[in-house]
Amino acid sequence: MARSDLVSGNVWEQYSKKVQDRMNNPVAMGELTQADADAKNAKLVVADFGAESCGDAVRLFWIVDESTNTIIDSKFKSFGCGTAIASSDAMAELCIGKTVDEAIKITNTEVEQFLRDDDGTPAVPPQKMHCSVMAYDVILEAAAQYKGVKRESLINSDIVCECARKTRKDIEDAIREFNLMTLDEIGDKTKAGTYCRSCREPGGHEAMDVYLIDILKDVRAEMDQEKLVEAANTSASETPQFDKMTIVQRIKAVDSVIDEYIRPMLVMDGGDMEIIDIKENIPYYDIYIRYLGACGSCASGSTGTLYAIESTLKHKVDENIRVLPV
Amino acid sequence: MEVYLDNNSTTEIDPKVKEVYCQTTDIFGNANVIYKQGIDTRKALNEAYDIIYSSLNASDDDDIIFTSSTTEGNNAVIKTFLDLFLKGSGKNHIITTVAEHASIKSPLAYCKTFGMEVTYLGTDSNGLVSVEDLKAAITDKTALVTVLYASNETGAIQPIKDMAKVCQGANVPFHTDGAQAIGKIKVDLIDLGVDYMTWSAHKFHGPKGVGGLFIKAKAPYEPLVHGSKNVMGGKRAGSIYNNGIFAMAKAIEIANSDMNIAYVKNHIGALRDTLESAILGIKDTKSYVPKENRLNNIVVASFRGIEGEAMLWDMNENGLYISTGSSCSSEDLEASAVVEALGEKVEIANATVMFALSRFTTHEEIEYVISKLEPITKRIREISMTYAKQEAFSVHLHD
Repeated sequence: MARSDLVSGNVWEQYSKKVQDRMNNPVAMGELTQADADAKNAKLVVADFGAESCGDAVRLFWIVDESTNTIIDSKFKSFGCGTAIASSDAMAELCIGKTVDEAIKITNTEVEQFLRDDDGTPAVPPQKMHCSVMAYDVILEAAAQYKGVKRESLINSDIVCECARKTRKDIEDAIREFNLMTLDEIGDKTKAGTYCRSCREPGGHEAMDVYLIDILKDVRAEMDQEKLVEAANTSASETPQFDKMTIVQRIKAVDSVIDEYIRPMLVMDGGDMEIIDIKENIPYYDIYIRYLGACGSCASGSTGTLYAIESTLKHKVDENIRVLPV
Repeated sequence: MEVYLDNNSTTEIDPKVKEVYCQTTDIFGNANVIYKQGIDTRKALNEAYDIIYSSLNASDDDDIIFTSSTTEGNNAVIKTFLDLFLKGSGKNHIITTVAEHASIKSPLAYCKTFGMEVTYLGTDSNGLVSVEDLKAAITDKTALVTVLYASNETGAIQPIKDMAKVCQGANVPFHTDGAQAIGKIKVDLIDLGVDYMTWSAHKFHGPKGVGGLFIKAKAPYEPLVHGSKNVMGGKRAGSIYNNGIFAMAKAIEIANSDMNIAYVKNHIGALRDTLESAILGIKDTKSYVPKENRLNNIVVASFRGIEGEAMLWDMNENGLYISTGSSCSSEDLEASAVVEALGEKVEIANATVMFALSRFTTHEEIEYVISKLEPITKRIREISMTYAKQEAFSVHLHD
């Protein structure tokens, strides 16, 4: 939530002029018949995708020149909302002049780009991105029919987020590279799950085979396991980097520095300290401490002494350590 | 011409109500002070209460609390029983219906996070909940029954009086969300026999941001908003929305008058019937909920092959404003569960639109809407693939 989310419900205001125009006057709407194909001595392809129960269903008509595999005419019909109609219209138009193999590469994100009034402004609001996915699906259906192959053979089955066209590998790589912890962080980095949001977790608009939440869980578990193995391997021979340590190793590392360099200093003044918690607050490590004895009432506990503790730990353990008295 | 037919969502303010609203803005005093401004405000508030109690036929032993909205009232009632449950009442069960508004469903979902249980009674193909089903669902753990008086989406009117009787017999408090009732159905609180009823003024040509919560004498109640005990006996603290309340009293006085109820039933009902006949005169259309169980101001219809948002788009282009149960028009992309509960398939919910008239709807407006229906239907069906000749092609539909 933020300022921009406080007034909600705006869908139509976010349609680009091009989307609105195509809804009002679709240019590639209509049907192509066997007679049309015969007149051009070419092959007619008619493909359907979707169902009324999904809110979208589209039929794509192609006339394909079989000597060059070029789509020489393309039209559509659509049951759907404004976005579905406008994106089907743009998709059908984009097919014209392309070979069937080139057409397969037309994705919903490309259709959406094509419908933008200016490069920086999305043509439709995020939740309507889903309505343009159908445009991509029906092209695959048409291509599969033309080639006489199964649709599945043309699908990149690794796609997890259809709206943003992100694969499982894209998501896994992002989680590892940027150390992502939440679905929102995945969305910020990859756009996956930020449109119709169906792929985030079960219970959304569409039922999915794979959900981001499961990928996140799996990858985080793998990363934890790897860290554990690495820590176990290195601890035998050498001291690992602080960020590679397990929580137990971190506590030990911090405690040993405190014992050696800090505690003697505090004890001389009749005080002491203890570690309460170590929290990872990327990119920092927040170490929560409690002062004991005379330190509890010492004015420099939040100034000079604290600074000395923090800089010692930064120097001896990890430069991203922050010390916070509780 | 522009025609607004989304009156179950909200209504325009009645000029007479607007007059009260504007004129009484000057009555600014705090109702709890002892000097002149307080005296003026209390006088006006008492007059508003007189009108509301008399119009809705509430007993002077009962409370009517002013709230910001039906949503607030619904939350206050439901959370009263959450509060009692958390304090050890042992009553962990609430009964409601599948046809409720989010302002009931969402607080109930919240109650479940504390371990309460909720039973959702289904509706039949006419949008009605069965009194027998309700009877069967009540257990000795039932804390509350809450059923909407009439549906904003289907217009179906529930047998509230019979349900209230069943609950009274079982000694279970009964609440009805009356947001769609006032102005369309004569409301008589004593006769109705409910323990709680909630409403919002903007649904019957009053201002936004003000509503009411009726609490029958001795019915359990825990405030949602705690604060000064001087405001409505501590049952709903916070500054009183003086002129909003004065205007709501005027709006109730007009809306629940016998004259208005008769006008809505006869005149607006006849306009609705004209519209409904015209819709059904178009090929492959259907309307829902029998008229005898339906609010007089609403037509719920589906146009085969036309997705709801696309219909709204073309209506909007023509200056006609209606609503839809389609998944595509909602933020969460879900088709209307209430329309689905009519026993219709999801594809019908996606093709369903609602025309909701108000007492200000005119014959000319309805004639104008009717004149546009045919061309709009024709244009979208030309684009529609599901309305195209199916037999020529083999259809491969996923899911």
